[in-house]
Amino acid sequence: MAKTTSNEKQSQGGFSILSLFRRPEAGAAAGFILIFLFFSIFGWEKNFLTALGSSTWLNFASKVGIIAIPVGFLMIAGELDISIGALIPAGGIVMALAVGIYDMNVWVACGLSLAVAAGIGFINGWLVTRTNVPSLIVTLATLFVIAGLNAYLSKQIAGTTQHSMPDVGPVSEYLLGDYHNLIFTSGDREMVIFRSLQSSFFIWIVFAVVCFYVLHLSPWGNWIFAMGGDQESARNAGIPTRRLKIALFMLSAMAAALVGMSEAVLANTASTTTQFGMIFNTIICVVVGGVLLTGGFGTVTGTVFGTLTFGIVFQGINFTTFDKDLNLLFIGVLLLVAVLMNDTFRNLATSASTTKKK
Amino acid sequence: MTDTPVLEMRHVDKSFGPIDVLHDISLKIRAGQVLCLLGDNGAGKSTLIKTLSGVHQPTRGEMLLDGKPVSFANPKAAQEMGIATVHQFGGTYPLMSVGRNFFAGAEPTIGFGPFKFFDRVTANRIAVEQLHKMGITRITDGDRIVGGLSGGERQSLAIARAVYFGARVLILDEPTAALGVKQAAHVLRIVNEAKRRGLAVVFITHQVMHAMAVGDDFAVLIRGKVAASFAKGEKTREEIADLMAGGESMAELEADINAQEEAA
Repeated sequence: MAKTTSNEKQSQGGFSILSLFRRPEAGAAAGFILIFLFFSIFGWEKNFLTALGSSTWLNFASKVGIIAIPVGFLMIAGELDISIGALIPAGGIVMALAVGIYDMNVWVACGLSLAVAAGIGFINGWLVTRTNVPSLIVTLATLFVIAGLNAYLSKQIAGTTQHSMPDVGPVSEYLLGDYHNLIFTSGDREMVIFRSLQSSFFIWIVFAVVCFYVLHLSPWGNWIFAMGGDQESARNAGIPTRRLKIALFMLSAMAAALVGMSEAVLANTASTTTQFGMIFNTIICVVVGGVLLTGGFGTVTGTVFGTLTFGIVFQGINFTTFDKDLNLLFIGVLLLVAVLMNDTFRNLATSASTTKKK
Repeated sequence: MTDTPVLEMRHVDKSFGPIDVLHDISLKIRAGQVLCLLGDNGAGKSTLIKTLSGVHQPTRGEMLLDGKPVSFANPKAAQEMGIATVHQFGGTYPLMSVGRNFFAGAEPTIGFGPFKFFDRVTANRIAVEQLHKMGITRITDGDRIVGGLSGGERQSLAIARAVYFGARVLILDEPTAALGVKQAAHVLRIVNEAKRRGLAVVFITHQVMHAMAVGDDFAVLIRGKVAASFAKGEKTREEIADLMAGGESMAELEADINAQEEAA
């Protein structure tokens, strides 16, 4: 929606800086550039800008980012999903058990893990749409239920909470969880494009492109925005709000399981530890990315920028001379600044989205 | 034009458990005419609209569409039969563009197979065209965010949308209540335009002036009953206002207040 706004304006009245700022992802992009420059300068001596340094925060960002996009969808639709904190380990455990104990093919195990996640997402969505209990509470409950099941079933089936994950063959490793390098060498000179980037980074890019299509180009995106803008009207307009919402919960659950699997394949181990931190991380990324907490507004591009920003702030402090204990303080400030900035940009977008005609 | 009303209510009662809300309501809604439903707060206007638009089913009595008995299982069923309800701000999403708003739930697409793309250009063009037909010429860019439009324009957008998607009966729930004088005039013009196109309009309001401006038939609702129904020109503004106030004359009320003020 926003992308096109500025295109149209450029064709109408030439390029204008203001129109660039009115794009909803402008805030997130500006924030990313500022933070990137900041850490590039202060992290110069500790190799922040090198290929290896960049991989540190890109790898971290990719895992948060894969989950942040569907969580952003849900937030646009006016809902939250915090059960992802337990679904990440669940995704890894199901896969590790299927491969390690039941000797399944890795892709069958992958499908099984996604199916289990989809089932849990369906339950989340079904409960939210049928009971009208806020999704925060519903998914808080399922978060603990799944966390409990993770530990209990792991012990019952395998007798441990740390499953070892056998190697799953080169192709599967390559796609799901491995380190990738792209280095051109000619003679003794070498040009490093990237080094030690994990598979999850590429999964994130592909996933983001697909999600961009769904939210901004396909008709379903319109339904998601409409549902978040005014659910009653959306239902009256013939949008299947219930089914759509359930589908969104299933998507976020599957994304979480996918991250869990990628981690399990990479580390050759799957742990039952619930990732409470990821709950906050994804929400921060989405909000920093300019998605409106009350629903009805947001972009995939913004969420990606928000995730990149968050990744830099979270990991970048290790490259600077600042005390590492200041990390969380930085993130808190970032979140506050982002929310205030988003407000301003949104007001700009609604107050005068085109040139005033008098 | 035939005499059969598009939508008719015959002796409709509606009660929720032991509480009776509507008693013996009989209304005729004709194509190309505006029926104004007047009534104070709590007179049963909302329940009546909800019964007309399929949210509630009548407890007793019958409803007829084109002279044939009909019952709406839900709002969707009523909509499919051409009965569109526009609430005060309903049907518009403030943070979406005009084009996206207009086609929410019925998006035009281009592409093939599973790769469907929302056809933004067509959506914007049709939305702006329809708005212009309704007399809203200020909006020329379908990418404009609806939140930046005035209340009257948003109302008009919702009405234009209902007309475009083939509504035959347009139920307008207090469309002018939250609007200033100019904005209200705007909406009234749109109501006239809808009427001119042959739609049957039900216009709910408690502002007598607005009703007089567009109405052909009037029904005054008091405590769930049709206290009076009359055609255009049969009653003066004062008489209608008195009816709505429950028979108590506004003039008497004014005299009372004046007397009190003088005494003080």
